[in-house]
Amino acid sequence: MARMTMIEAIRDAMDVKMGQDQDVVVFGEDVGYFGGVFRCTQGLQEKYGKERCFDAPINESAIVGAGIGMATYGKRPCIEIQFADYVLPAYDQIVSEAARMRHRSNGEFTCPMVIRMPTGGGIFGGQTHSQSPEAIFTHVSGLKTLIPSNPYDAKGMLIAAIEDDDPVIFLEPKRLYNGPFDGHHELAVTPWSKHDMGEVPEGHYTIPIGKANVVREGTDVTILAYGTMVYVAEAAAREQGIDAEIIDLRSLLPLDLETIEASVNKTGRCVIVHEATLTSGFGAELAALVQQHCFYALEAPVKRVAGWDTPYPHAQEWDYFPGPKRLGSALKTTLETK
Amino acid sequence: MAEISGGGHKGPLSIHIPEPPGRPGDSPDFSHIKIPKAGETRCPDLDTKAEDMRDMAYSIVRVLDRNGNAVGPWADFLGDDQNDEVLLRGLKDMMVTRAFDQRMQTAQRQGKTSFYVQCTGEEAIATGFQRMMRDGDMNFPTYRQQGLLIAAECPLIDMMNQIYSNEKDPLAGHQLPALYSFKEHGFFTISGNLGTQYVQAVGWAMASAISGDDKIASAWIGDGSTAETDFHSGMLFASVYKPPVVLNIVNNQWAISSSNAIAGSQNTTFAARALGYGFPSIRVDGNDYLAVLAASKWATERARRNLGPTLIEWVTYRVAAHSTSDDPSAYRPQTESDAWPLGDPIERLKNHLIAEGYWSEERHVQAQAEIESEIIAIQKQAESHGTLVKGDGPDAELMFDGVYKEMPEHLVRQRIEFEKENVEG
Repeated sequence: MARMTMIEAIRDAMDVKMGQDQDVVVFGEDVGYFGGVFRCTQGLQEKYGKERCFDAPINESAIVGAGIGMATYGKRPCIEIQFADYVLPAYDQIVSEAARMRHRSNGEFTCPMVIRMPTGGGIFGGQTHSQSPEAIFTHVSGLKTLIPSNPYDAKGMLIAAIEDDDPVIFLEPKRLYNGPFDGHHELAVTPWSKHDMGEVPEGHYTIPIGKANVVREGTDVTILAYGTMVYVAEAAAREQGIDAEIIDLRSLLPLDLETIEASVNKTGRCVIVHEATLTSGFGAELAALVQQHCFYALEAPVKRVAGWDTPYPHAQEWDYFPGPKRLGSALKTTLETK
Repeated sequence: MAEISGGGHKGPLSIHIPEPPGRPGDSPDFSHIKIPKAGETRCPDLDTKAEDMRDMAYSIVRVLDRNGNAVGPWADFLGDDQNDEVLLRGLKDMMVTRAFDQRMQTAQRQGKTSFYVQCTGEEAIATGFQRMMRDGDMNFPTYRQQGLLIAAECPLIDMMNQIYSNEKDPLAGHQLPALYSFKEHGFFTISGNLGTQYVQAVGWAMASAISGDDKIASAWIGDGSTAETDFHSGMLFASVYKPPVVLNIVNNQWAISSSNAIAGSQNTTFAARALGYGFPSIRVDGNDYLAVLAASKWATERARRNLGPTLIEWVTYRVAAHSTSDDPSAYRPQTESDAWPLGDPIERLKNHLIAEGYWSEERHVQAQAEIESEIIAIQKQAESHGTLVKGDGPDAELMFDGVYKEMPEHLVRQRIEFEKENVEG
């Protein structure tokens, strides 16, 4: 088995699907000749030709809109939006068109399309290269929203997304592209080549959409995390000496409520962590579900740890970013509640 | 600073708020529309470069003259595609479209459905264009292109069942009346959001070409909606990738109460939008069925020969209200539609067919009566399956279907909750 970075794993997923299925088409800003600003599509144009992997004008609405047209024709476009922060011009196409195509045509037209985009902070990208917009997608009926946290999952989930017959938002935590960043920005990150989840099988495999992954079993508290926060959660629990059960949600919608429920019913405590701003964030949905489904097992209020409700700052990046310290203190408070 | 010549303005700055030529109480005025004589506008070769036919974006292609004769190079280009069989069918398509609109407008007024949109005065454009589309091609229409469906022989009862949202509604009650989806008739699901589908048509055409297919796409938009960014997105992608697509703008002068001046018509033509993107554009008399056929043939042929996109601005007039929720007497002169200089498309084709000896006033009156009674019969049949307010309609649970291919658990839970709510009353 090869060791891969998350970038290589994502590229490999597209390579596998483009090789298997003539209908898979990859395009976006800078993805053709250059292979994308994060190099996720490097070599695909050379291998599959200009008509299957090409550069698009800087117009996200047109990129997604044209992708919708292609998907309704019968292709399987796998589109790159250069940064999740740039997706907003395409929001109307995603919400009013892609997400509703099947429902409004009663199944006559469908939209099997993946919209990939690097998400999240930790790279000193300021407010235009750092945001986590997952909640604006999970709020839309008709979309699936995925966010992998390691190379193995990224490849299997992207293949599953390309094979899915509905539109999928595929968020790639860019701070994890090269290694499992745990929030300790002062330290060098361990590369994926030295991490178990950097082991990526060759060829085709899938991670089923809608299945969470219990990355650490524990009894004290359940931490619901996704993307970069999975490693922040591991670091926080380790540093606080807490026997936390850490769930990597992987698929925000559809959500694996069964795994969440089983865990919280076991631990009786739940802390939710995400990079996105707190108010109306996906954590609010999770907190409501945990409250509704695990109320009688809860021994402490469900706690949310998130980015502050401010635009993502530049110089104050590490004051904004929910790192192991902030999460660790939330875990302590939750455990201290009798 | 040195004296700058030109423009003697002194004092405060101001902006320009465009106004239509007339408001209620004014006399209609269309003197701003320059109309060339029929037959006067040239017909360039299909492979003419955009830069060599810029004049076509400022002229108007017209074939039928005042006496009902087909004249000029576009009539020649049409050749046998204007034989009596084609034209009599075109006349019938337009008459059916208008009669269908009238019945459905009345049905809405009777409370049988919530909403309807007529295309009165614009029938030639969609019905004529559809003659040049083939099986497997795809139109991305707005809500005013019902003529495409009628010319494609979509069963009227299926359209009515959709309008009534009844138990036979092919869209299971999910979509607003008249926002059809008929894939087998080359008619894409209508969004209702303006402009979004322009770029989708371009993407669909790109997919066809990438697949090595021979199918073409056709995008539709109104003059007002050319203001949407997605219009320009579609134009840009068409310009960059040169897919087999025809980009239609139906310039019917009005977007609800905003005249096309609010969409920028005072400075240039809508057809001229393509000049900046560098692909061919023609401006056509949309009330002249033969001009519609000829221009549609020209543009679709270009697409089929891999010559790339063409923009067509159809110059026409929205005789009816914007929709059943609109009253144009509140914002435009009462008699404006009578003053429209390009006339009525049905009358003009009828006069041509009479001049050619294929038709007569008597046959026209008879055909009109037959069409009306046929539509009434179909309407009765449709209403036997219910209307929005009569009958059971589509099952309520169907609203949960088709959100995803397979229903995810959270929706299953909501459907069960909904069912309980209904059992408990």
